[in-house]
Amino acid sequence: MSTLAVNVEEKLFQNRYKVDAGRPHITIKDAAVCSNTCRSQACTYVCPAACYKSEGNRMVTLITDGCLECGSCRVICTEHSNVAWEYPRGGHGVLFKFG
Amino acid sequence: MPEQFDAIVVGAGPSGNTAAYTMAKAGLKVLQIERGEYPGSKNVQGAILYADALEKIIPEFRDDAPLERHVIEQRVWVMDDQSFVGTHFRSEDYNKPPYNRYTIIRAQFDKWFSTKVREAGALLICETTVSELIMDGDTVRGVRCDRGGGEVYADVVILADGVNSTLARKAGFHGELPAQNVALAVKEILFMPEETIQARFNIGEEEGVVIELMGTVTEGMVGTGFLYTNKDSLTIGVGCMLSDFKANPNRTKPYELLEKLKRHPSIAPLIAGGEMKEYCAHLIPEGGFHAIPKVFGDGWMIVGDSGGFVNAAHREGSNLAMTTGRLAAETVIAAKAAGKAMSARTLKAYKDALDESFVMKDLHKYRDMPQVLHSSPQFFNTYPGLLTGAAKTLFTVDGVDKKTKERQIFGSFKAARRWSGLFSDAFKLLRAFR
Repeated sequence: MSTLAVNVEEKLFQNRYKVDAGRPHITIKDAAVCSNTCRSQACTYVCPAACYKSEGNRMVTLITDGCLECGSCRVICTEHSNVAWEYPRGGHGVLFKFG
Repeated sequence: MPEQFDAIVVGAGPSGNTAAYTMAKAGLKVLQIERGEYPGSKNVQGAILYADALEKIIPEFRDDAPLERHVIEQRVWVMDDQSFVGTHFRSEDYNKPPYNRYTIIRAQFDKWFSTKVREAGALLICETTVSELIMDGDTVRGVRCDRGGGEVYADVVILADGVNSTLARKAGFHGELPAQNVALAVKEILFMPEETIQARFNIGEEEGVVIELMGTVTEGMVGTGFLYTNKDSLTIGVGCMLSDFKANPNRTKPYELLEKLKRHPSIAPLIAGGEMKEYCAHLIPEGGFHAIPKVFGDGWMIVGDSGGFVNAAHREGSNLAMTTGRLAAETVIAAKAAGKAMSARTLKAYKDALDESFVMKDLHKYRDMPQVLHSSPQFFNTYPGLLTGAAKTLFTVDGVDKKTKERQIFGSFKAARRWSGLFSDAFKLLRAFR
């Protein structure tokens, strides 16, 4: 059982980003699928940057600003293929200093 | 008439840089496109560099490549929450140049490699994402970018665009990655003085240690952790199969797993006081031999992670990336010299070269490993505890006689796996490795 409280925002704060304001590179295709059809909502705990949040009303919200561009959310959404996933526009997104 | 190149390379990681370097050095007109601000800014690895693969491309790389420490000691720790049982292999033979492997920091290493690519004559464009391949029927003619002129053409396009392999997927060359074929790894880099690292890890200047970790650190998921020594920083991370993260009933988040590892009583003193300066995540294609897609066709080839070229059993990836990049480039050079069109028929020479190289030979050798590990979580959730338990029973002096202790240890193995389980596990491992 995981009892450890980890503030991932603090970790992400160390990273460098060039956010493409208003143009998220990943979007949820159909919000209703997340709320009504997807039982596990695995993106809300698998995403290593906690971009996906499960809201009280079973809505899943996505904010891509902290995205590490790993691709996990797209790969795990196998049953529903509900993630439209592109790389950010050239030069945008996470800019690793060390990688 | 838009500009025509001999070859376009998408991506500037180890495979893309090797391909572009090799072709440019042979006098071909090469365009390399990278989506990051500079080569390396999108790339994530542990990271260990195996000298051999790079030596074949840039023999004098040690003169100016940014290398952190050469590795003289390899540790493997099998852990439970309180303890570890470990094997260490350290040899002075690893301390004599030319060194066999190094720890590196990828953002710096890839940037260095890229200067070599440009010196060789390739044209590099950064901050440009390739959105799709330009197709003419089944033949790749070029790429469409999200910036500048938009479209560029070449006789052949080498896809070195990383594990997500977006371009090949969009073109329908292969399907989506199954979650059981990729590992999700997260890691942090922790800075501390060189002297502190040297004292804590029992090493001298420029000498390095790598520690691979398995056991309860992955909460029963198939995966491993790692701790590597850089010059004045440590890299610590943990990775598990993505399908296991998804199916984990505890819904453990990757960064929680990493935090738990950092707080392990055997790890915490090694990293104490380290200043965390970056947190990364990355997928590693670990499907092995059976997961390798078609890697060539009319006007295209796939190299590196994009083609799934990782030997998970030996934690090798960047050397396979460089080797596949080199073999693809040599295929283009030979075809060009012979005046052949870059058809699937011509480019099949790339696959033949791969089959002849250590790349496919090693992947073939471990072809059953992914399946064995998937069907045998006991290697990750049962045996580590049995091993640490056995060690504790054996080494604790408490008045119990040794014969009884021996019986307790055997009893614990038998109770957990029964004789049949122990035998079949031994057989499975043997088969996967042989």
